[in-house]
Amino acid sequence: MSAEEPLQTAKQSSGLLQRIEHWIPKVVVAPTFIMMLVFIYGYIIWTGVLSATNSRFLPSYDFVGGLQYEKLFENPRWETAYTNLALFGGLFIAICLFIGVTLAILLDQKIRREGVLRTIYLYPMALSFIVTGTAWKWMLNPGLGLEKLVQDMGFENFSFDWIVDPDMAIYTLVIAAVWQSSGFVMAMFLAGLRGIDNSIIQAAQMDGASMPRIYWRIIVPCLRPVFFSAFIILSHIAIKSFDLVMAMTGGGPGYATDLPATFMYAHSFTRSSIGLGAASAMLMLGGVLAILIPYLYSELRGTRNG
Amino acid sequence: MKNFKKYLAPIVLSCATVTSAQAGEVEVLHWWTSGGEAASVAVLKDLLEKQGHTWKDFAVAGGGGESAMTVLKSRAVSGNPPAAAQIKGLDIQEWADLGLLTNLDSVAEQGNWDKLLPKVVSDVMKSEGHYVAVPVNVHRVNWLWANPEVFKKAGVGIPNTWEDFPAAADAIQKAGFIPLAHGGQAWQDATLFEAVALGMGGSEFYRKAFVDHDMDTLKSAKMVEIFKAFKDLRKYIDKDSAGRDWNIATSMVINGKAAMQVMGDWAKGEFVAAGKKAGVDFACLPAPGTSGQYTFNIDSFAMFKLNDSENAKAQNALAKTIMEPAFQETFNLNKGSIPVRSGMSRAKFDFCADASMDAFNASAATGDLVPSMAHGMSTTSYIQGAIYDVVTNFFNDESLSAQDAVNRLAQAVKAAM
Repeated sequence: MSAEEPLQTAKQSSGLLQRIEHWIPKVVVAPTFIMMLVFIYGYIIWTGVLSATNSRFLPSYDFVGGLQYEKLFENPRWETAYTNLALFGGLFIAICLFIGVTLAILLDQKIRREGVLRTIYLYPMALSFIVTGTAWKWMLNPGLGLEKLVQDMGFENFSFDWIVDPDMAIYTLVIAAVWQSSGFVMAMFLAGLRGIDNSIIQAAQMDGASMPRIYWRIIVPCLRPVFFSAFIILSHIAIKSFDLVMAMTGGGPGYATDLPATFMYAHSFTRSSIGLGAASAMLMLGGVLAILIPYLYSELRGTRNG
Repeated sequence: MKNFKKYLAPIVLSCATVTSAQAGEVEVLHWWTSGGEAASVAVLKDLLEKQGHTWKDFAVAGGGGESAMTVLKSRAVSGNPPAAAQIKGLDIQEWADLGLLTNLDSVAEQGNWDKLLPKVVSDVMKSEGHYVAVPVNVHRVNWLWANPEVFKKAGVGIPNTWEDFPAAADAIQKAGFIPLAHGGQAWQDATLFEAVALGMGGSEFYRKAFVDHDMDTLKSAKMVEIFKAFKDLRKYIDKDSAGRDWNIATSMVINGKAAMQVMGDWAKGEFVAAGKKAGVDFACLPAPGTSGQYTFNIDSFAMFKLNDSENAKAQNALAKTIMEPAFQETFNLNKGSIPVRSGMSRAKFDFCADASMDAFNASAATGDLVPSMAHGMSTTSYIQGAIYDVVTNFFNDESLSAQDAVNRLAQAVKAAM
């Protein structure tokens, strides 16, 4: 008996330990889980509800169905905002990926001082978009920056006034955003390149493949997952772009550089049209989901097969 | 450690004084935090504290009041509004409709506000016939600020109508100056547009379009003409104007780079700060074609319903103090605006403020005192926003015709209503 007793308490306490072990992760995760549930999903639902009401100044619950969405699509400013997003997002992602891959491949040629160069390219990422926006605003201002500099150097006819031209201003945002983010994309691809098994490349070299061919047929396809992650990160930067626009153009000239995020902010918070703002926010969410769902689907299917 | 204790004592003491203040406290939400504005608020605080009440400052800086409004909304929704908040124009009615504002009729009756304020002004302060807010000052928006030196060099006179404007502006341009200093921001575009509309259309037209939103007026041929004249101003503005702040544009007039600017009387502060003298170094004239008219922009404090009766007393004292000559004079001298009440001594006010007071009284009598659309006096923020969008887009988009803009204006206003 006396020999069995300690054993049983040990068993009991190990049962208790097991139970604690079982519960601790759940208890620890619970607060964040609840907070996420309320503050992310709860408010998404609330925004959805508000987008179906005629809320103006404060939230109200007079339901008007799809009226806010109808108003949104009749609004020429919204049209400008989403065309701008398509232009800005498309160019920003494409150029960033291109510059990122090119820089990464060039840096991967075992050059000297790679560390210094890498830091220089990566450095813009350490700045906030507000700083980037303000600096580029000054550089691109025709009376202060680049245009004046080149004209003062003697090229009187030089003109680069995109930032004050309503048709071209959106491209200046692309320039600034690419400057900020392409170094980061480069770092991602560089990490990807370093992860590729050298023996594959050596084997290809033995078979007599040229270097460009090796890159095009072997290395770049190996980087597929990196392309995916870079694409997801860049597209979410593009969709939620707000600070860059605010700092650089303030949405102007006119509302030529308005993006959905600035449209949403202006209508919900300064124009007392919470309903319309909520409707635009829901459409932004739709935009994000349209990118995320195919991505998640392909990723999850990938793991199931693998 | 010793040092720490030395600092701790005053901190503890100050906390104690804050918590022990219960009798008659007013909490005032405002966004007057920059130099001259902060000094103006300090005047009100002093006057109130002299009467034995406590002032609790609730300043939310930034964004022309946007952040302050967000804070106010959350405070009001949670049932804990401040005693007074800086709310202006039609927003006062929006808050009153929610039943959150208190009735100031007794204070108004004692102070004889109905007699002191022009009816257009008191209407803004009232909801369903009851006073719910107190006006602090009057800004005139339809001013033309001019640098006489530049006009002398160009050999032309300052234009009095929008019809004369192009000839003068061409001469200034030929002399190598920028005729019109302007900042390409939506509210500045709207300020300029409103001056053109008032000058060309007249007060009746202006009121029908921007106060009553009469569709026939908004779509009229006159409106097309106004849009055309407005677009014509574009060529007298330098191309770097996009996104420029108003005070930078004012400094162009001060430095003699540009000849004139259409801006409210807050621009005067910039001239004065640069050491310029009104009527000598710079001219303040009514915007072209609006000499008898007055577009007003009034700052005001709306008073919220309070539960504590002591605090409510302090709130009434605040409302009373704001309308008294002592405060009206010092505050407006600091801020560059004019007192809202009539019959005050003008000894300390400068040339421009004097002219503004004359115009204010005269226009109130003739019905030419109109609320500013660009500054939220004539319409709700959503209709104002809709007008802003059309105006600023038209002004910046070369390809949009005046007729299209007018159609868009009517459509946008209708959709926002």
